[in-house]
Amino acid sequence: MSGKVFIPQDKLASALERLNEKVPVWVPVSQGADRWGIDFKPFRAGMVPVMDRQSTALPKEVIFPQVQTLMTFEYVKAPEDPGRVQLKLEEPPEAGNALVFGARPCDVRGFFTFDRVFTEGPFVDNQYKDRREKTLFAVLLCREADEACFCSSVGSGPADTAGGDLWITPVEGGYVVEGLSERGGSYVQLLGDPATEEQAAAASRSQEEVSRQKVGSLDPSGVVQGQKDRFEDKDFWRSMVNQCLGCGVCTYVCPTCYCFNITDEMRHSRGERMRSWDSCMFAVYTQEASGHNPRPTKLERYRNRVGHKFSYFPEKYDGMIACCGCGRCIRSCPVSIDIRKVVENLKERSHACA
Amino acid sequence: MHAHNPYLPELATVQEVIGETHNICTLRVVLNDPEKMKNFQFTPGQVGQLSIFGVGESTFVINSPPTRMDYLQFSVMRVGEVTQRIHLLNAGDQIGVRAPLGNGFPFEEMKGKDILFVGGGIGMAPLRTLLLFMLDNRQDYGDITVIYGARSPHDLCYSYEFDQWRSGGANLVLTVDTEHPGWKERVGFVPTVLKEEAPSAHNRVAIVCGPPIMIKFVLFGLKELGFEDDQIISTLEKRMKCGVGICGRCNMGSTYVCLDGPVFTYSELREMVPEL
Ligand SMILES: Cc1cc2nc3c(=O)[nH]c(=O)nc-3n(C[C@H](O)[C@H](O)[C@H](O)COP(=O)(O)OP(=O)(O)OC[C@H]3O[C@@H](n4cnc5c(N)ncnc54)[C@H](O)[C@@H]3O)c2cc1C
Ligand code: SF4
Ligand code: FES
Repeated sequence: MSGKVFIPQDKLASALERLNEKVPVWVPVSQGADRWGIDFKPFRAGMVPVMDRQSTALPKEVIFPQVQTLMTFEYVKAPEDPGRVQLKLEEPPEAGNALVFGARPCDVRGFFTFDRVFTEGPFVDNQYKDRREKTLFAVLLCREADEACFCSSVGSGPADTAGGDLWITPVEGGYVVEGLSERGGSYVQLLGDPATEEQAAAASRSQEEVSRQKVGSLDPSGVVQGQKDRFEDKDFWRSMVNQCLGCGVCTYVCPTCYCFNITDEMRHSRGERMRSWDSCMFAVYTQEASGHNPRPTKLERYRNRVGHKFSYFPEKYDGMIACCGCGRCIRSCPVSIDIRKVVENLKERSHACA
Repeated sequence: MHAHNPYLPELATVQEVIGETHNICTLRVVLNDPEKMKNFQFTPGQVGQLSIFGVGESTFVINSPPTRMDYLQFSVMRVGEVTQRIHLLNAGDQIGVRAPLGNGFPFEEMKGKDILFVGGGIGMAPLRTLLLFMLDNRQDYGDITVIYGARSPHDLCYSYEFDQWRSGGANLVLTVDTEHPGWKERVGFVPTVLKEEAPSAHNRVAIVCGPPIMIKFVLFGLKELGFEDDQIISTLEKRMKCGVGICGRCNMGSTYVCLDGPVFTYSELREMVPEL
């Protein structure tokens, strides 16, 4: 591990340019002048990363692209017998390295949920695993928690460095950066000059201060029982999601939502099979060919979404909650449905019931 | 299956297509890689994903038993896009197969017991695998009664092998919903015929597969006959995509039908989140 370096605010772009020559870097950048719609994009010279606000969309795309080719296929004539058609299958090339600069603790935590499902087996998703292993995270000490954030309620926190390779601490006039992993550490010197004693001390103070913060006051204990007790209580679920539009935004912006669809596309004799993000909030998600749908209304769909995050996932994966508390589903929902309220109510009702 | 990439199908060749009914056909397929075909192992009840490249993938039970490995057999009811294309296949055509997937029937635990199969329509497909497997190991099982029904005689699959099932040692009870000229077997709905047959529940396992409405009434019937929930086995058809427990499509609570199923006992089903 190397020492700490300091990147002055006005040298951030050039530091990223140097870094980008070593490893492709993704940074949070804003789409418009009003700084709304912050998204992680591959770094290009001249880009100014937005480091003082949580991104709207998350860096899920880097490891789990919204659309990803699983294989390509081609119908070809059999060389020895032109009357026969053969199939040629090809797997996509391996992914390259990447570094996500300015990810927040919740952004990184989200992949912990993915890891359980995609890499633990019995079947291992090698495309995911490959990208996951080759992607480094420069985690930002988060000082921008807002009313929707609740990361401390789900086992993380604004000073969480789990899964990080570099740690970025904003200080007066710039950023102090230090290595967290060996691979991350190897890039530290490249980013700036060694931090002065004052800069390093300021960073430590900030880290201590932020690590004492508790973001959010949700207590998810007892939800598993609540989900069971209230499963059939349609009035309860209806009162929680009456306004839901089924737009699926909550799942698209969610760092832990991993459901995907698989579809084929073909032109002439060539095509590809790909996966793309899907959403359990969509009506057709579970619709069967007969027209039967086990989750026919938004009530059942939302019940499954909350259940999956706070009950079913913990049941399957020794207590781990599939939520990182980033608050994006709350912030992005057009009708302001608040998952914390649903979870709190589930518990209350189940207590009242007992 | 490819160990390094669970989404990548094996290429396979259609050996034969058999028309069963107006909307069900049976495919016999052989994996192109002879080594993989030779070493292919599975449990009755396990399923496969068939690929028509350019259209998509769908889930079907392997309905030939592991005791007859000249080919892998699938019966497909035409209901939508992929199944429509499967019905256009001819001998020699290339498809993809990802198999075996899912858990399969607990046939070891059924040894020494009497067996009751209750099947309706395409629901006979998974039952056929286990039935033939048991007939090929006839000494391991007691009485094997099969109640199989469909709307009309033309809607029964595998009619060309009923004689073999009977001579192999199965007590085969066939029924159709209404009278048909020339039909010499039973007439009536499956649950009614079950009541008439009234097989003893003592030391018996019932395996039930068919349309939801049939299952519902067969369950009532089995209860009346004294079957306990853990003596009744069925298979679930949940919409699937990946088939390998990753894509999140097929869950009922924390149970993933593609990994933990599709075969469940009724006592297991009762413990699960009721989203059938
Ligand atoms: C474990 C299991 C075993 C099955 N075994 C058989 C069998 O032996 N024979 C048979 O004919 N059918 C079987 N089915 C049902 C069969 O998979 C569907 O009828 C088929 O996927 C419909 O595909 P489609 O593209 O023609 O229909 P479309 O309506 O065009 O389907 C679009 C997509 O929906 C999904 N889908 C729709 N309905 C179902 C359904 N009922 N079950 C699962 N996925 C669905 C498929 O993923 C498909 O790709 C089985 C299903 C499961 C889950
Ligand atoms: S974002 Fe809100 S409205 Fe849209 S699907 Fe999610 S809960 Fe429903
Ligand atoms: S079908 Fe993908 S998880 Fe079961």
